[in-house]
Amino acid sequence: MSDHESTYVPKTGIEKWLDERLPIIRFGADYMALPTPRNLNYWWTFGAILTLCLVVQIATGIVLAMHYTPNTELAFDSVERIMRDVPGGWLIRYVHANGASMFFIAVYIHMFRGLYYGSYKQPREMIWILGCVIFFLLIATAFLGYVLPWGQMSYWGAEVITNLIGAIPVIGEPILIWLRGGPAIDNATLNRFFSLHYLLPFAIAGVVFLHLWALHQVGQSNPVGILMPKDSRSKDYLPFHPYFTVKDGFAIILFLMLFAVFVFYNPNALGHADNYIEANPLQTPAHIVPEWYMLPFYAILRAIPDKFGGVVAMFAAIGVLFILPWLDTSRVRSMRYRPTMKKLFVIFVVVCLGLGWCGAQLPDANVIPGIGGGFTLFDGDINTYLWLTRVLTAYYFLFFLVLMPWVGLKETPLAVPASISEPVLTGETEQKG
Amino acid sequence: MTSTLTKRVAAGLFAAVALMGAGAAQAEGGALHPRNVNFSFEGPFGTFDQGQLQRGYRVYEQVCSACHSMNLMAYRMLGQEGGPFYDEHHEAARNPYVAAIAAQIEVPDTDTETGEPITRPATPADHFRAPFPNATAAAFANGGAAPPDLSVITKARHGGAEYVYSILTGYRDAPDGLRINPGQHYNPYMNGDMSPFWEGDEHHVPPGGFIAMAPPLVAGAVTYDDGTEPTVDQMAQDVAAFLAWAGDMHQVERKRTGFAVLIYLLLFGIITWFSYKKIWRDVGH
Ligand code: HEC
Ligand code: HEM
Repeated sequence: MSDHESTYVPKTGIEKWLDERLPIIRFGADYMALPTPRNLNYWWTFGAILTLCLVVQIATGIVLAMHYTPNTELAFDSVERIMRDVPGGWLIRYVHANGASMFFIAVYIHMFRGLYYGSYKQPREMIWILGCVIFFLLIATAFLGYVLPWGQMSYWGAEVITNLIGAIPVIGEPILIWLRGGPAIDNATLNRFFSLHYLLPFAIAGVVFLHLWALHQVGQSNPVGILMPKDSRSKDYLPFHPYFTVKDGFAIILFLMLFAVFVFYNPNALGHADNYIEANPLQTPAHIVPEWYMLPFYAILRAIPDKFGGVVAMFAAIGVLFILPWLDTSRVRSMRYRPTMKKLFVIFVVVCLGLGWCGAQLPDANVIPGIGGGFTLFDGDINTYLWLTRVLTAYYFLFFLVLMPWVGLKETPLAVPASISEPVLTGETEQKG
Repeated sequence: MTSTLTKRVAAGLFAAVALMGAGAAQAEGGALHPRNVNFSFEGPFGTFDQGQLQRGYRVYEQVCSACHSMNLMAYRMLGQEGGPFYDEHHEAARNPYVAAIAAQIEVPDTDTETGEPITRPATPADHFRAPFPNATAAAFANGGAAPPDLSVITKARHGGAEYVYSILTGYRDAPDGLRINPGQHYNPYMNGDMSPFWEGDEHHVPPGGFIAMAPPLVAGAVTYDDGTEPTVDQMAQDVAAFLAWAGDMHQVERKRTGFAVLIYLLLFGIITWFSYKKIWRDVGH
């Protein structure tokens, strides 16, 4: 919390001189001494993991940009040249490509954590909203980056996604041309996508700074979800260092091991083989699919029969997250004490994974093969991914727009402890939830 | 404490499996799954068999290169560490085997005095000679289907080297009732949909698709210096291994580095875990 007393005492003359002019060492020291809720579990380590992901992407990205050529004739070969001829280039490129996936794994876990423990609720609305801005920018950055290697999926993914803008009535078409820099995806598109792909991560870094600033203003939430005592010497707090530096550090090492398994042993498992075929505007791939982390939103897009309606639904799926703090009517933050909501949350997680699964399937394919065409509802057979996606999409929106406000009013939460030390000191050490 | 840890690991694994599943789900199609080959470079510790890479290069050079380019490859790469003609006594660019191989190939160039187009013997620095000047010429010479560049073919197809091997060895006589257009060949490992060409039982449409490449390998198409019998199966395995190397030539180094990185992380992780235990020892949480 920002109002905890500073315990930093400058020792040397230089430190004193600097402290009066630019108290940057004090800033760092105070950060390390930050009173932190003692009961934070491993789900809270993803913040540190995400910071690392951003640093890794920027560091590897800058090196890639030194060797990459944003020209439709040369881009594909320049990426392959990085892999063959640049010393350590294969490592840099595989870390960057897989790093995007790792970033999304971490961001999704981080967001589900926030959802489960009610981290978006008063007084942390700004932290949550800034987080949603980061998520949106991250999607944009990853989409732009995926276009750069100029493979078949790069090109056709860009084609499909920019076409969506064209679906907006009246203003869609001019915006589309403006965005692409011409009527079709071409060299002008690749150049601006490269420029923006370089820019956006720094915008993300800026919003991350605001995100952390807001966090330090109100303090971290915690698994019990109660407000923390004002007195920073309370038993409910531990200083950030060494308690949480070591905990975050351990989590980061586990995360890096998962990362390393992909980079060194399965570097192309998360990508699509077609992206190793150079972009060809005259040959549409049999099956255009976005990267795995976009699949749930891609599924929602395709669930709506009308193209513009689909675009609206897809953006609404992200937009609804922004107003979440005002949709949830419950006064209890942590779902540990909300038995009904907890079950609905578990269903929600399964629904999100299901949407991701559906996004990778052909809409007309049968969900249960073998039983063939069953009953046709409106425009499609009910035994198809089209209808499964629609059911899941309905739950996605129902969860936020109906269940959140309604269950909050109706349910009777379990008794919430008065302080963290209470459940901790009475021996309830197992982390529930 | 441990319960959260296991949950976290389980969640990670679950996510990974879900992702792989999503990847695999994209692979479907009407084709047969590629046949299994026990290549020496598979698995976390696999390495290339240099003899096989040399034979594979010969198959490419003497058969496939008549139609397929490998534009991302330069002759010097053949002498690079891990490559078919690597020799620890020579730098890749000065490797005498590589220089001799390159010298037998004529590549197009421009005369430095007259500016006229000429051909000259290749040097290790040159890229592999392409059989056709451009994609249009390549398609025209092959009945409309341009032979794809093979530089990264094993990364551009599900199944990688096993896919290439299966295509090369998988040609079969078309079943009765399958109409085949002139210039096309039936191959059950190729992606495609045979139902429009099938006159038999609609529930038993043959798997696979049409390919414009005639079976390129016949027994004895090349002679091997090391006495290996050049059967179709042998040549297909050798050329597939060569293409797997060419598509991802640092893969052995990559896996080796990965092993060191994982060991390092493991040790670092153990130390951190004990520091964690020690620091948190007296704190209820
Ligand atoms: C006579 C020319 C010719 C020769 C020789 C030849 N190919 Fe091909 N190959 C083609 C053509 C044409 C295609 C495109 C087929 C199509 O798209 O239907 C092709 C396609 C391929 C494909 C891609 C199949 C796919 O999934 O799209 C592979 C792999 C391949 N060839 C490997 C080889 C290998 C390895 C050799 C040497 C052993 C070889 N080819 C020799 C003409 C040739
Ligand atoms: C939020 C952080 C970032 C994310 C999520 C991200 C994501 C991506 C993705 C998904 C790709 C395609 C990878 C592939 O399949 O080849 C890519 C490529 C690329 N990115 Fe980034 N990136 C980030 C930051 C940066 C930064 C800061 C730079 C430059 C300073 C950069 C430079 C590049 C370049 C040059 C490529 C093309 C090379 C390649 O495709 O491997 N990236 N990025």
